[in-house]
Amino acid sequence: MSNSAAVKSGGFRLGLLLLALPLLLWLFLLVILPHIDLLLVSLRERISYGKYEFSLINYVEFFTEPLYWNTYVRTAVMSIFATVLTLIIGFPVSYYIAKVIRGKGKNALFLMCLIPFWVSELVRTFGWMILLRESGVISNLLQWIGVADGPVEMLYNDAAIMVGLVYTSMLFMVVPLVSVLDSLDDSLIEAGYDLGGNAFTITRDIVVPHAMPGIASGCIVVFMLTLGNYLTPNLLGGKDSLWFTEQIYTQFITRFNWESGSAFGFLLLVLSSVIVWVGLKLSKQTLSQTVG
Amino acid sequence: MADLKLDQIRKRYGAVDVLHGIDLDVKDGEFVVFVGPSGCGKSTLLRIIAGLEEITGGELMIDGDVVNTKSPRDRGIAMVFQSYALYPHMTVYKNMAFGLKLDKQDKSAIDARVREAARILQLDQLLDRRPSELSGGQRQRVAIGRAIVRQPKVFLFDEPLSNLDAALRVQTRLEIAKLHQDLKSTIVYVTHDQVEAMTLADKIVVMNGGNVEQVGSPMQLYHHPETRFVAGFIGSPAMNFTNVRIDAVAPGKVTVSAPGGIKSVLPFEVPQSEVGKIVELGIRPEHLAPGDEETLSVNGEVDVVEKLGDSTYLYIKLANGDRVTVRAPGHSRIKIGDMVTASAPAGAAHLFDGDGKAFVKVDYPAEFSAEE
Ligand SMILES: Nc1ncnc2c1ncn2[C@@H]1O[C@H](COP(=O)(O)OP(=O)(O)OP(=O)(O)O)[C@@H](O)[C@H]1O
Ligand SMILES: [Mg+2]
Repeated sequence: MSNSAAVKSGGFRLGLLLLALPLLLWLFLLVILPHIDLLLVSLRERISYGKYEFSLINYVEFFTEPLYWNTYVRTAVMSIFATVLTLIIGFPVSYYIAKVIRGKGKNALFLMCLIPFWVSELVRTFGWMILLRESGVISNLLQWIGVADGPVEMLYNDAAIMVGLVYTSMLFMVVPLVSVLDSLDDSLIEAGYDLGGNAFTITRDIVVPHAMPGIASGCIVVFMLTLGNYLTPNLLGGKDSLWFTEQIYTQFITRFNWESGSAFGFLLLVLSSVIVWVGLKLSKQTLSQTVG
Repeated sequence: MADLKLDQIRKRYGAVDVLHGIDLDVKDGEFVVFVGPSGCGKSTLLRIIAGLEEITGGELMIDGDVVNTKSPRDRGIAMVFQSYALYPHMTVYKNMAFGLKLDKQDKSAIDARVREAARILQLDQLLDRRPSELSGGQRQRVAIGRAIVRQPKVFLFDEPLSNLDAALRVQTRLEIAKLHQDLKSTIVYVTHDQVEAMTLADKIVVMNGGNVEQVGSPMQLYHHPETRFVAGFIGSPAMNFTNVRIDAVAPGKVTVSAPGGIKSVLPFEVPQSEVGKIVELGIRPEHLAPGDEETLSVNGEVDVVEKLGDSTYLYIKLANGDRVTVRAPGHSRIKIGDMVTASAPAGAAHLFDGDGKAFVKVDYPAEFSAEE
């Protein structure tokens, strides 16, 4: 009796293990293993061909070369800014989709946010280049109206990068916000007006606190995507984009310096973890709340 | 405290007319209850008073001021929502203080009022809890407390008890009645529970399909329903209706009959032109009793018997197919299949014309009158 129960529960556990195996394998092979390797590679120095020694030289190099850590800080600041901007634009849009518009219009609007994602990021970014470049649509339009008398170059500056990043990230902000705002009972908003609130106080005291988990998860996703984005800053910012992922690319591919590339990669991981952690602390959210 | 006046209030959603011109006067300190079937526009009317819905036509006055375009905050009203609408991220204290904080009152004044309301509603021990840590009845009290602290001119309640279980509903009903006695404030209350309406109201407004069917005290509606709709809506179990023919009329008297038994002279003022027409006769189950001692009698076969202990409901199938409910006192010995005669005093009858309007009853005993 107890024997068969033991067999049964053993069988059950084995089944669970088999079910979880793909997930565990994926976690181990693609997430944990590479990062351990990344850390190990970053902590060694190449003495001669095939000969390595433990060293912190790669990290020292990062902190002594202003270009590296300037790029690092700039990427962080720009990413935070892009995240905030996405939130500021995405919040009213989400509120409109979730609470104001009803029926068919709601789905249509939601779909419109999705449409850009049917084409690849590369194509999307090229779209912006067509609009913004010197011989592009906007430049021609301005000349045609007579506002500008020569071609205007709107690419290759920070504003262009920002536009591209916000555009690319918008859906990842809107989806969690719409779902969290959808769950806000209309009567809570009405009660707010009944209790003497106005649009501003109700947004501040009722809507935003309710939406906080969605805001946090949207911001985390957008921030991480932005920080790790390579294509958009590179194409829209050109040579001067100074995005940290480009430094990593250069180390790995151009300089073939895997050691310092790994160190940079690891530093980027630390950066995103720290900023997400600080953000969660500031907004008094926990990661499980945000994900759940 | 204040009075409320509705003058030809209309509401339209797109192409759908929901309220067709509502007139109503609510006096200072009055407890008014809106009742009516689902979808008749009770909530819509309440939300119009609250300022949560725009008015399509007509005038709404609070304390003599037209408030049609005033925002909810400027109307001096406080609403208690059916879902309570408590803020999950705030404690009970903060929920109750929220309205006062928006009013920019100072901290000590807010504190005094919140604690006073908490004392009245016995919420003292719960002030630091979140709504999710409260029972349904406690949430209900917090929602009421949030309204009380604002000392509004008019309280609005939208089916406040519908989410409570039966026992708690009775208890909270008593609390609301007591609250009204203590605060002496004007209250407008929506429900589809007629026991709530009968017990709480000074004045009941029966609504039907976006119109006011009748306004009156609970006893007026019970004894003198002006329409068949009100007669059928007020009272439980519902009034019995059966078609009868008007055979003859005389001043203050009408003779009616129906195939299969009914033949009576009833005390109604009916115009001569109605002779020969089919009208509807209504009798409440509690006015019928087994036996043929009274003037107005019906008979048929019993097809359902419900025993409630203090009384027995007999469902009698008449010759014309209509079913009549009789509320017999105590434990009746009548069984399914028995042929039974039940009768009621002529003064207990109600008579409605083809449009469902009541004929005027004359000369009836005091027990069928709303006068005290
Ligand atoms: N936003 C809206 N748009 C269109 N029609 C509406 C809207 N709100 C309510 N209605 C319609 O107005 C009518 C009255 O609704 P209301 O909510 O006032 O009914 P009610 O008497 O409170 O019913 P219940 O007892 O079910 O709460 C209903 O037929 C409803 O379909
Ligand atoms: Mg309703």
